[in-house]
This record gives sequence, structure tokens and C-alpha cells, in this order.
Amino acid sequence: MIRLISKTMAVLAAVLIFVPQVQAKEVRIGYVTTLTTGGSLLGKQMKLAVEIALDHMGNKMGPLDAKVIFEDDGFKPKIGKQKTEKLIKKDKVHFLAGYIWSHVLGASAPVALKAGKFFISSNAGHSLYAGKKCHKNFFNAAWENSQTPMAMGELLNKKGVKSLYIMTANYAAGKQMVAGVEATFKGKIIGKDLTPWPSHSDWSAEFAKAKAAKPDGVFIFYPGAATAKYLTQYRQAGLDKTLPLYHVFSIDGANLPLLQKAGLKNVIGTRQTSFWSPDLDNAQNKKFVAAYRKRSGGIYPAFYAAQAYDTMFLIKSAVEGVNGNLKDIDGMRAAMKKADFPSVRGKFRFGKNHFPIQNFYEREVVVDKDGRWAVENRGVVLKDHETPYVKDCKM
Amino acid sequence: MDYVLLGEQFFNGFQLGIILFMMAAGLTLVFGIMDLVNLAHGTLYMFGAFFAAQISIWTGSFTWAILLALPLSLIAGIILEVTVLRTLYTRDHLDQVLATFGLILFFNELFLLVFGAAGMALPLPAVLSGQVEFLGGIVVPVYRLFMILMGLLLALILYILVSKTRMGMLVRAGASNREMVGALGINIRLLYTGVFGLGAAMAGFAGMIQVPITQAQSGMGEDVLILAFVVIVIGGIGSIRGAFVAAIIIGIIDTMGRSFMDVALLQFLPTNAAEDAGPAISSMLIYLIMAVVLAFRPQGLFPPRGV
Repeated sequence: MIRLISKTMAVLAAVLIFVPQVQAKEVRIGYVTTLTTGGSLLGKQMKLAVEIALDHMGNKMGPLDAKVIFEDDGFKPKIGKQKTEKLIKKDKVHFLAGYIWSHVLGASAPVALKAGKFFISSNAGHSLYAGKKCHKNFFNAAWENSQTPMAMGELLNKKGVKSLYIMTANYAAGKQMVAGVEATFKGKIIGKDLTPWPSHSDWSAEFAKAKAAKPDGVFIFYPGAATAKYLTQYRQAGLDKTLPLYHVFSIDGANLPLLQKAGLKNVIGTRQTSFWSPDLDNAQNKKFVAAYRKRSGGIYPAFYAAQAYDTMFLIKSAVEGVNGNLKDIDGMRAAMKKADFPSVRGKFRFGKNHFPIQNFYEREVVVDKDGRWAVENRGVVLKDHETPYVKDCKM
Repeated sequence: MDYVLLGEQFFNGFQLGIILFMMAAGLTLVFGIMDLVNLAHGTLYMFGAFFAAQISIWTGSFTWAILLALPLSLIAGIILEVTVLRTLYTRDHLDQVLATFGLILFFNELFLLVFGAAGMALPLPAVLSGQVEFLGGIVVPVYRLFMILMGLLLALILYILVSKTRMGMLVRAGASNREMVGALGINIRLLYTGVFGLGAAMAGFAGMIQVPITQAQSGMGEDVLILAFVVIVIGGIGSIRGAFVAAIIIGIIDTMGRSFMDVALLQFLPTNAAEDAGPAISSMLIYLIMAVVLAFRPQGLFPPRGV
């Protein structure tokens, strides 16, 4: 019996030794985003942008074939984490990327980082990962949550808004948005409602409060499909005539077609801030926006798509930096740190926490020359802005 | 205390209560009379919403959307009862929960595939889209007033149906003692189908009347369903009157909590703590009330007689 076992072991060992080591001919990227539920409005924009990026690079990153495996987080942290584990263990991906939601990222990033993988956020800008939890293998191709609302705070000061009412979704990012606008806004915040996310769909009570508080403006953060409901009710309550609306990450190429279809004209002329705009004047952006609109039947890409497109080129710069040697983790990290790739936002650099240092622009919701609703750039609000959380990053 | 704000919030709470009542009425009948735990009741709400939204796209008319979507919801409910739920009456509650939960998943995914994730709007006619001002400066959207009136009308019809007609008598008898009704030679199967269809139509109506505010979206029924279950537990399972009273109580308390909890907490908590605790406590409030009711009156506030 013992001899049988030892013989078997010997044969097995021989097999294991003589199986040729498979050389990595392809780079595998696990891309986690939201492809079901109301959040899929955003996830599908990202998926299309990733596919366009692959097209534009001819499915090649340096000497390797680029392969992207998409997974759906179902808008839930738990599922996002499971999918991340699956991508690491089953698909043996080299990079994890995507992640729309900060709470999904919060659950998923530790798994990937512990497994020694690169984790690149294409959207979620969790403040903790810009500060205390910054990590050598964590990169963010978008922004840190508080930066865009910080730009909004500055914009509100510029517009002479003295009193503000805040309404946001009650989850990690929503709270960080509030912190951002509070950091730069010089007027008085006279009311604040954090509503359950994503289940909350009727704002009648919050609107009555805002109306009674009589602010100069209302600041909101409600991404994706929720915005259409919010704006419908805003108009039904008659607030569009009395309270000017300012927003971040709430109105963009992903949901403007819906708002237009629903005839929510009150959105035209409202202001927002963003790190990017579809009309930014650089070659990469023009190429990307044109290709995206061609593939989507004229619909403008939202910032989700822009960041997803950039993410792919960031990964490409890493693979090229080590000439396809995916074992050279340090080499790939060094290459990514340089942010040496054509970005749709124009030239930018990474801070020591691997979050972008970049401009933030004022954007206005307009009707474009074809009658389609769009956002247009109205100039720089914050120049070369770095997240304040970088001071907590010990790296 | 701002009296205009208080008035408006009272109105908002009442309107939420009306929607909850429409959901809870059907749920309480089905649960109380047929002893069926139907988690898919929220799916019927979604049916109504999508029917109305799709018909308004075809006809361009809000009135047609409501008029046609109502019988369609009824039919959808009856089809669901005859094909799936009928086989579940003799099973225990766990089987019913599992099967109807399966229906939720199936229909949510189906609607997502057919209609997309974006949600569908139902534009209001001009006459319903303005605001109306009451005495003392209370301003409310006309449409929400319309919702309340429709809800009260429906409650009245249901009251007459249940307390003044023969079918209503059977329904009440069924709620009190099912076996006896069957033993007296009443076609219980037909009664069940009728009751289920009625509940489906009410859920569908709640869904379609909600669309102009929240849009039709896959998965929209589940958030309301949870509240509706709270309502029927507080009101007493099987009792329409209980469902009405409990729905209005829950609607008003939920709205008042969302509106004034943070202000109230500021009286004795520092700003940061109050801001964090406010939303958390106000979303727990109705469950706390349910716990209290269950502790002191486990049968609910208005249990049907004879149970």
C-alpha cells in the first residue's frame, strides 16, 4: 500500500516538474462594474468605453494580448467582493479595475491588495484610500470623492451663494461629498439631508424642509437613474422656480438622454463641477468622444466612460513599461506612477497616494447644436488640485 | 416650530400612507384569507407601473395609461394565481416564501432585460403638474393631492365591497374561518382567485399612480413591500380597516421622523452625532413601532373578528 502511494506520488511529481511553465502571453484584467439594477446605466457606459479602448489599442498591450473579463457587482459590496475573489482565484487576473461605488470598493480592494494584485479604481474615489489606507498597489484613475465637491464649494463662493441646503445619498461617497463642499464653501449650510441609498425614491419630506429653510441654492449628489426621479419631483414641488440647483456626479451623458426624454427642462442651465468634459480640447479626448458617440448612437460619454477609457491606457503604460514581463511588479508600478499615457483629461500627474493631481472645471447643462442635451465646459475652477487626504498617506 | 412646514409634512405623510394602504390592503387580504405569504405582491406593483408607463408611450395619454393598466394588472394577477400560486396554498409558509421570492427575482430580471435599467417616466398632464396653495401658505403639488383623492376613493369602494356585498361577506367570513366557508359549499377556489385579483389590481394601481413621481423601475416593488408588511402586522393581518389606519400612521410617522429627527436630536446631542444618528434613527422608527405593537398587541391593532 505504502509503495503504491509512493509510486503514485513519484509519478505525480514527475508530471508536475515536466509540465512546461506557461509563459504569460496575455495580460488579464478583471473589470468589476455594475451591469444589472439601476446602477447598470453607469456600468454599461464603462463597459463600452473599455471595449473602445481595447479597439483603439488593437487588443494589444506591449507584446501581450489584452484580455478583459467583466463582472457585475449587482450594486452590492458583498457581491463585488465575491466577484473580485473569483477573478483572482479562478481567472488569475493581473489587474483588477473598474468599481463605481465607494462601498463596493471598500469591500473589494482589501482582497485584491492582499493577493498582491494591482487595484485600479475607474470611478470610486474612497477618501480612506487616498489617505490612511493608501497602498503601493492601489491606483485611482478618477479622483478622490471630496475633490469635485471642493471645486463646487469654490464655484458657489464665486456665484455669490451665501446659504446652502445639502441633499445626498447616504453612503460612503455621499458623506465624503458633503465633507468636500463643507471644506471650501464659505457661506452657511442651513440644512442637510442624507437619504437612504439606493432605496430612497420620494423626496417630498426633504423638499418641504428645504423650502422652509429658504436657501440661496441646493447642492445634490444622486448618481445615475435616481437623478431623473429627483428632478421630476423637484419640478412637481415647484422648487425649480425658487431654488437653484447645483450638482456633482448627478447629471451627465449617462442620464441626460433620460432627462431629455422625460422633458425635465429645469435641468438646462444648472451648474456642476468635474475633472473632465466631453468638449475638452485634446487629441485623445476628441478621438475617444467621437468613437464613443459613434458606437452609442450619438449619446455622449459620461465621466464614468472617460475614466474607464483612461484606466485601460494606464494599464497599457504599465505593461509597456516592463515590456510585457508581468512578474516585474515594481517595474509596472514605477511605470504607472509616471502617468505617462495620453489621458482624455489632458496631462496630469499622480500624487504620492496614486490619486491624480488635476484640474477641475465648471460645467453647464446645455442644448447642443443638434438639439441633444449635453454638458459644456465653462472654465477651470481648481487648478492642479490634489486631495487634502494625501497628508494622511504614509507611503 | 414652523407651522407651514408641519402642515406640509403632515400632508406628505398622509400621501405616503395612502400608497402604503393600497399595497397593504391586497396583501392583508391574501395573507389573512388565503393564508398565503406572497412576497411577489411588490412584483404586481411593478407590473402596474410598467403597464402604465408603456401604455402612455403608445397612446401619449395619462388617462388611458391608468384606465388600461388597471384591468391589465388584474389580469396579470389572476394569471399568476392560476399558474403558480394556486399550487402553494397547501404548502407551508416557508415554501410559499421561497416560491414567491423566486417570482420576484424572475420578474425583476425579466423587466430589466425587456425595459432596461434606465427606468420609464410617465409624464403628467398639465392640469396635474402644478402646485396648489392652501390656507396659511401650505403649498403642495396638485398630483399628490390627486393621489390622496384616488386613494380615498379606492378605500371607499373597497369598504362598500367588503362590508355591503355578498362577495365581501364571503371575504370576511373567509378571513374569520376558512374551513367553515368551504364546508358551507362556497367555491373557495373561485373566491381565492377573485380576492387575489382584487389585491393585484390594488397593488398595480398603487404602482401606476406612483410612476409619475418615482418612475417605473425594475425592483421598485421591494422597498414598498417591506413597508406594506409592517403595515399589515401593525394593523392586524386580514383587516382592511387595520391596514388603512396603520398605513396612515406609518406614513405620517416615517415622514415626520425624516423631517424632524435631526432637529430633535440636536437638542441633546452634538452636531456631528445628531447628523449621523438622525437618518439612522428615522429609518428605524417604524420598525420600533412595529416591535412595540407586537410586544403589547401581537394580533395587531384591529384583528379581524373570530380569529
